[in-house]
Amino acid sequence: MTRPGVRFSAVLWGLAGLVLLAVLWEGYKAVGPVTGVQFFGQSILPKTDDRSMPHLVDMVTRALQPVNSAVGSPPVWVSVIGAALNSLGVAAVGWVAGSVVGFLLALLMQRLRVAERAVLPWLILSQTVPLIALAPVIVAWGGKIQIGAFSWDRWMSVAVIASYLAFFPVAVGALRGLQSPDAIHLELMRTYNAGWFKTLLRLRLPASVPYLIPALRLGAASAIVGTVVAEVSTGYKGGIGRMIIEFAQSGTSDPAKAYAPIAGAVILGLVSAGLVALVGLALKRFNRQEAAS
Amino acid sequence: MTTPVQTPATGAAHAASVAAISVRSAGKVFQVAKGAEVRALDDVSLTVAPGEFVSLIGPSGCGKSTLLRLIADLDEATSGEILVFGKTARQARIDQEYGIAFQSAGLLPWRSVQANIELPLELHGVGKTERSARAEELIELVGLTDFRSRFPDQLSGGMQQRVAIARSLAERPKLLLMDEPFGALDEMTRERMQQELVRICSETGAAVVFVTHSIPEAVFLSDRVVVMSPRPGRIVGIVDIDLGPGTQRSEGLRENSAFFEGVTAVREALHGSPAAPMGVELR
Ligand SMILES: Nc1ncnc2c1ncn2[C@@H]1O[C@H](COP(=O)(O)OP(=O)(O)OP(=O)(O)O)[C@@H](O)[C@H]1O
Ligand SMILES: [Mg+2]
Repeated sequence: MTRPGVRFSAVLWGLAGLVLLAVLWEGYKAVGPVTGVQFFGQSILPKTDDRSMPHLVDMVTRALQPVNSAVGSPPVWVSVIGAALNSLGVAAVGWVAGSVVGFLLALLMQRLRVAERAVLPWLILSQTVPLIALAPVIVAWGGKIQIGAFSWDRWMSVAVIASYLAFFPVAVGALRGLQSPDAIHLELMRTYNAGWFKTLLRLRLPASVPYLIPALRLGAASAIVGTVVAEVSTGYKGGIGRMIIEFAQSGTSDPAKAYAPIAGAVILGLVSAGLVALVGLALKRFNRQEAAS
Repeated sequence: MTTPVQTPATGAAHAASVAAISVRSAGKVFQVAKGAEVRALDDVSLTVAPGEFVSLIGPSGCGKSTLLRLIADLDEATSGEILVFGKTARQARIDQEYGIAFQSAGLLPWRSVQANIELPLELHGVGKTERSARAEELIELVGLTDFRSRFPDQLSGGMQQRVAIARSLAERPKLLLMDEPFGALDEMTRERMQQELVRICSETGAAVVFVTHSIPEAVFLSDRVVVMSPRPGRIVGIVDIDLGPGTQRSEGLRENSAFFEGVTAVREALHGSPAAPMGVELR
């Protein structure tokens, strides 16, 4: 059982990476030229003045201070957490919806060979549509939806875009997983006269878990990226993506402030990966190694 | 083999005397590339009586697995007829007339030993208590009592194979199909497993078709050894082995002169020598 050891060293390596990043940042800031490095008029390394590259200490200090001078303004880190949780909620909705759609598509493609040949190219094509182009369309369509008391909200557009990014890795991963059982297992099910559904339940689904978990993790990361970008391009307020833009706009006067929501977005990604890891833990039983016989 | 071809209906009418397996002039041609084809089996006829232990032996590629797969309805014969307990191979599979074990155990890695053995029962809607009672019996039969909640990756190859055999017996089939189930085992484990298999089979009264590459294994286990030759795959001889019922076959038998005679007879049939000391019918 090397598991705890592996996890511990993974954390160590992660921390080492952070330290290295900090050292690079401060090191370049210390020795780099104030005007940055230019090459034929192109700036290839940033300026090192406090406006372009604030000290790490300043970023942290700024994060602990209130957002603005208004009375009762919460500290930056508190509002960052609030915005991150908001985005996490939207991304989670998108992730769940995308995963369900992706999984259903994978099922369809597994069931019908024709569907695989017909649908898979479209799925791949779908991911080449730039997100920025998609956002206004979805917002416009969403705005037309009004069924009884239900009316389309802007966060739903964001969630739709997140799901649009999340479904793809899940569809591909789940398809590979559903197709992963060996011929010997499939033939065994045939000798038991088990039909498609029973084979799915007893063989294909459990066998797909080792493929599904990484796909879900990838889907979660995509959903977060989708949410952050979609918040900006749909004009949804309250999420971390929007906050990154807002704080960056106050960059000239308050450069250290902009880094808190960026860190928040990174942590958001980590948290989502952690949540998926919990799902993986719940399905650990199916993640067993193939018996070496 | 001059018996007229029976229809399934008349075969079923003689339920008492119906053969476990009746293969009549079966042939199998695989289309490999465009135009190219492999004649894996050619005009194979074989009858296996209920409770009889029959081994298939022959050089690699002579169609042993193919014949077994035809009987199991995992492949379809291109010519001839295959009846299992008087039914078509397909119907027999649908009716779960046989249990099967392959060369590799083929256990589901996420299921414990017990759950693997219960799989066929679970698929056919057997209740939980009945299922675990049956699994209990089988686990004891194959001597894995202490390992029932282990997972396949925690078992040795021999243990996995025993689980696979227990699984093939789960529904008390009257016919067992086994394709080199001991192929990957070391000699010692192999002989012990042979002993267990021959005991289990004579206790349960199941007919067995057993594919193997090992002459001593075939002789030790079988009532009859079917010798095949490749390109195209066909039966070249059937050697009767008279070593008494399975319950009486023990380790000592391997030193017995009747055992050696059987080994010699099978070897000669394999090498195409005409000498037939022990009831060999060469064709
Ligand atoms: N699915 C297939 N497609 C094409 N050819 C096949 C297929 N399965 C078997 N064959 C061919 O049929 C012949 C018999 O194969 P089979 O697997 O029955 O041999 P075997 O007697 O079981 O050999 P071994 O002892 O090595 O297992 C071989 O020539 C093989 O190449
Ligand atoms: Mg074979």
